[in-house]
Amino acid sequence: MINIQNLNFHYKASQPVYLGLNMDLKPGNIYGLLGENGVGKTTLLKLISGLLFPTKGNVSTFRFEAKKRYPEMLEKIYFLPEVYTLPKVKMSEYVKLYASFYPKFDHQKLAEYVDVFGLSKAKKLSEFSHGQQKKWLLAFGLATNTELLLMDEPTNGLDIPSKGLFRQLLAEAADEQKTIIISTHQVRDLENLIDPIIILEHNQVLLNNSIEEISQKLKFVVRENQSEQALFAEQAIGGVLCVEPNTDNTESKVNIELLFNAAVNNKELFKKLFIL
Amino acid sequence: MIYETDKPLYLQIVDYACEQILLGIWKPEERVPSVRELSVTLTVNLNTVARSFDFLQDKQVLFQKRGIGYFVEKEGLKRIRDMYKIEFFQKDLPNLFKKMQKLNVSIEEIVLEYKKCST
Repeated sequence: MINIQNLNFHYKASQPVYLGLNMDLKPGNIYGLLGENGVGKTTLLKLISGLLFPTKGNVSTFRFEAKKRYPEMLEKIYFLPEVYTLPKVKMSEYVKLYASFYPKFDHQKLAEYVDVFGLSKAKKLSEFSHGQQKKWLLAFGLATNTELLLMDEPTNGLDIPSKGLFRQLLAEAADEQKTIIISTHQVRDLENLIDPIIILEHNQVLLNNSIEEISQKLKFVVRENQSEQALFAEQAIGGVLCVEPNTDNTESKVNIELLFNAAVNNKELFKKLFIL
Repeated sequence: MIYETDKPLYLQIVDYACEQILLGIWKPEERVPSVRELSVTLTVNLNTVARSFDFLQDKQVLFQKRGIGYFVEKEGLKRIRDMYKIEFFQKDLPNLFKKMQKLNVSIEEIVLEYKKCST
């Protein structure tokens, strides 16, 4: 589905974003794309969708070279940006303008989504609040029914009930043919939905593994005191939450926040554990 | 000492499914919700639910009819009871004993309470 080989990318030559990045993404998955601020999560989504061009190497999306921006590729991609400005039109006008780019657009679903999010058909989109605009883009994006769905911080700005709704709509939209990539800092919002997890770090991928693989190699336990073998530990009410190498085949629930903290604090070890 | 490990999500879904069978909501030899339906109801990843169903099939609690879906095994309920009984004696009961010792609760007190509860 998406294949990235030996990718180099920079905005400024002195500050490379990626050096020799490799990645292979497969349909039927909801990837959670994590990484510290400025590590290049949005950049990666833009490279995949052909909005940015590699400095070196190749990004192929649906077997097309992404930077060629073939219509056959673009009609299969919906990209929900983190920052957006909506035009001064009502939603009917917006649909007339943009829906025709997506051959599998589902108008009936769109009507359902607009309804559950409680969006007004009479108002202009530019008059919506920021959160309502986000809901509109989510509704529209899910209705495009594209095989590739790229979402940059989709839960930012959503109110509490809408986060639950979004989770439900996302679970409904996911299927074996679709590849969904969600860049997020709000891992708790999507904890049970994202799998595999991708962690980006300075110039590289630190981890790109399924929850199952992660739980085979690491365990997440609560102890009275921080253990010696802990890769990361955090004080909580019930004890100390520890991430440790899983040497005794313990089956535990992967806590994505702890995983992330353990990863960025033990970069070399994680590369050894997961990439090699 | 470890005193708590959250069960992996796929086993939590296994618990959910078994609970449905124990409560008689999912009945022997009847079709159960599809992997997709359950993924939406519980808002968890499709692949996670698929893994839970694989596990339940392995334990002969569910079986699959190709192209139709998953069904509860005739003996599914019994197998679940056996499965949880083992867990009860290996995990729940020792934990309870530890707590009783900590709080100085005698077995006689427990027997008394048990009799009250079951009459």
